[in-house]
Parts: sequence; C-alpha cells; structure tokens
Amino acid sequence: MRSVSIIGAGCTRFGERWYDSLRDLVVETGIMALEDASVSGDEIDGLYIGNMSGGRFVEQEHIGALISDCAGLSRLHVPSTRVEAACASGGLALRQAVLAVASGYSDVVIAAGVEKMTDVTGGVAADALAAAADREWECFFGATFPALYAMIARLHMHRFGTTREELAAVAVKNHHNGCANPISQYQMEISVEKVLRSPLVADPLRVLDCSPITDGAAAVVLAPTEVASKYSDAPIKILAAAQASDTLALHDRREITTLDASVYAARKAFDQAGLAPKDIDLAEVHDAFTIGEIVAIEDLGFVEKGEGGRAAEEGLTAIGGKIPINTSGGLKACGHPVGATGIKQAYEMVLQLRGEAGKRQVDGAKVGLTHNVGGCGGTALVHIMSR
Amino acid sequence: MSTVPRFWRHIPQRYNLVGTHCEKCDEYYYPPRTICPNCRRNAKMEDHKFDGRGTVVTYTTIYNATDDFKRQTPYNLAIIELMEGPRLTGQVICSPDEIKIGMKVKPVFRILGKEGDRGIIYYGTKFVPVEGSA
Repeated sequence: MRSVSIIGAGCTRFGERWYDSLRDLVVETGIMALEDASVSGDEIDGLYIGNMSGGRFVEQEHIGALISDCAGLSRLHVPSTRVEAACASGGLALRQAVLAVASGYSDVVIAAGVEKMTDVTGGVAADALAAAADREWECFFGATFPALYAMIARLHMHRFGTTREELAAVAVKNHHNGCANPISQYQMEISVEKVLRSPLVADPLRVLDCSPITDGAAAVVLAPTEVASKYSDAPIKILAAAQASDTLALHDRREITTLDASVYAARKAFDQAGLAPKDIDLAEVHDAFTIGEIVAIEDLGFVEKGEGGRAAEEGLTAIGGKIPINTSGGLKACGHPVGATGIKQAYEMVLQLRGEAGKRQVDGAKVGLTHNVGGCGGTALVHIMSR
Repeated sequence: MSTVPRFWRHIPQRYNLVGTHCEKCDEYYYPPRTICPNCRRNAKMEDHKFDGRGTVVTYTTIYNATDDFKRQTPYNLAIIELMEGPRLTGQVICSPDEIKIGMKVKPVFRILGKEGDRGIIYYGTKFVPVEGSA
C-alpha cells in the first residue's frame, strides 16, 4: 500500500446559503481545493462524494455524475462515486479516496462532501435526518434523531453523574471556537445559562445542545506521498484511515453510553498509525449533540469512560488545553451539512497542521485526529494525519 | 406517502410482539432477526411471542417531533428491556415527571400515528407503567 497525502483543501462558508444551490456549493469548494493543490482537471483520476440525502433535501440523486459534470469534468469522463453513511458520508468519501490512491489504482483523487439542507422545511429536514436511524423499529414509534442522543445522555448522566451544566459547557466551548473560524455558521459566544434556558428538544437535550441545519461543501485533494511535494509545499500525510460499523438501532447495542463503532475504528486507526491517544495534539470529533462530544472523547481514549463530562468544564478540551477538541467550532457551532462534515473536519486539520488556523491555531500541532459518526453510531470513521 | 403493504407486513410483529428465538444459542430477538448474529449460518431460528413486560433502560421526552408525530408532543420515548433480554424502542404513556430509569412497564395496543390527514392510520404497541413500580 502506498502512503497518501492531502495536497489541497477547500471549504465553503457554512450556514443558511439561500442564494446557492447544491451545485453552486460544490463548484465553490472544488475550485478552492484545486487551486490550493495547484492541480489541473486533466490530472484528476477520480472523485468520491459524500452526500447523505440529495434525494430528500433537493430531490436529486445521481450526485456523482452531477458533481463531475458541474465541476467541468464531464468531457474527461472521470469516474465519480457518491458514497453514503448518513452523517459520516464525508468521512466515508475520504476513506474511499485514500484506499483508491493507496492501492495504486488512482493517483490524484478528490474527496468531497456536500449537503444542501435549507431547500426543505424544518419538518422535512428532521424526517430526512431521522432516516439515519432505524425507520422500521425506531422512527416508526416516534423516535427523532435528537431523541436517540437524548437517551444516550440520560443514561450517561444516570450512570456517571454527568451534569446538565457539563453538557452545556461543550456548546459554550465550541461556540467560542466557532467565533474564531471565518467559515463557521455561528459567530456568537453563548453562556451555560443561555444553553439551559433554550427550549427543550428531547429532554435533557435543548436547542443549544444540537448542531444546526446547514448548507455547505468541502473538498480535499489526495495524491501519493512520494509525489505530494510536487504539488504542495505543505502536504499533510494520512497516517490512518479506519472505519467500523455497528447495529443500526441504538436499542440493539451492547452498551448505550459507548459507541462501539468509534472504539473499534479508533483502535484500528491507532494501530495503523502506530500511535496512542496521548500522541494526538488535537481532534475534530462528531458533536452533532453535546453528549456526542463527551462520549467521543471517552471512546477515542482521550479520557476515561465516564469522565468526558468534566473535560469541557475544566478546560481540558479548550484551545490551549491538554487535548483541544473541535477547534473549528465543531458540528455544533461551525455547522453540520451532514455529507460535508467529515471532509470539513479534514479541512480544519489541514489548516491546523499547516499552522494556518489563525486565532484558533493550536501551537505546535503536529498530529491530528478526525472522528465522524453516521447515525448514532451505526458507522464511525477515524482518520489520523500529520504534517 | 407509503402503500398499505409497508405497514401490513409487520402486523404480527408490531401488534403481538412476535420476534424470534435462536434454538441453538437460546438468544431472543425483538425486533425480529432472520439471521442470529451469534450463530449466523448455524442458527436455528423460530418465532417467539413476547409477553411484553419489561424495564425502562433509558428514556427521553420529545418536545420537537417530525411532522407525523407533532400532534402527540410532548411524549415519552424509551428503550425497554423485555424480560427475555432483548431491547426495543417504544413510547411510554405517562407524565414526563413519572417516567424513570428502572421503571417496570407493560404493553398496550394503541394508534401509533397517521400519515397526514388522508393517509394510513397505523397501530402497534406502546407501554404503560406497571402500577406501584415508580
């Protein structure tokens, strides 16, 4: 297997992009990534696109061909593949692109992610997202996506004494980081009191515990490490690309307060990279809900099981803390265009490892980890990269 | 809007809590599974009707629902462990203050929802507290 590096990265501003279609967002980010990589269209061997639900959000399927077409690559007949694993579609696209280059099958490959979520009303969007859960045995009985994470939160609080304030501290930190990120959907500080006063969505989770509905796209360009310096003077090496699955329904899991898919993907990733959690300088983790970040830092091995709650409150996961988490603002503040999220995490890591993250730069960042979850843990992807 | 067979094909499982049991490893499955994850190819699966009494493992109260369930808010949703071992997701009919982790519940037959004003009305199992357990 060949070593693979990221030679370019781009990401649109995240938010309610009413003037832009799915196509506009993809073209915008594609141009940014290709310019960053100084790669021309005829060098591209393939595209992998993460998109959860073009069919529900914009009534468009066949996203692979669409994007190759919009990107001006139709006459080159470049193979373009759309991949889907709910909210982990972006991470999945990245891993598929890594495999294509590592295997020697392709040389220069784009991994992109896109979701255009605001072309439908809130109820339709909520139902489309609920399709990441088990339609027949969860949603049929009234489960929503926040409800599943709320049940994880409830049991975590019951078992480990995690408090409502500790959940809120995750949102406060991530909004603070988002303020320093120009692409972030929310550019406002919030307080613990404000989180606790926001309306209940699924008890104990409130509006400000939840990631928003977001439009956005992100792309990275991959090439074999041996030729990466030909394109970029700061290539980022991918040390591990791991993926794991678990039961679709939360009720079927071995354990409800642990996402086993995250545990297994992390174990494989650390094994591939020959590293341990203590070697990681910073991480982007899947905080679709505040409890998601708490469970993730436990499952990835940054803190002991049950101690994730205290991390944000004690400043452990802040920029300047022991293990900065979600410097981009995370899904919570930067926004969560589901199919784009896994690639946006890689984009943030590229900036951090190049030392180009501005006010949110983690000093001396050398090794970073990204963690992307589909549904409430049916799929997990973990990537580790270094400068 | 869905067609009738989508709901009709699950009537035995949803009305009567019919799941499966693997005779080989003696594990029970609800919702039903065709393939036993323990024994896979060597499994010997049979139908099993669950009694439906169980315990609340974790729960939430939903205030913001999808369009089909909006009229029911706020409602309690729980993961319930049946006596035979398997867990399922279902609604628990009681006040949000009443539901607790560890609470004993039993099944009741109810309307679960309807697809819009003119769509299918579908039925199935919800749960109520067993008196004196809270």
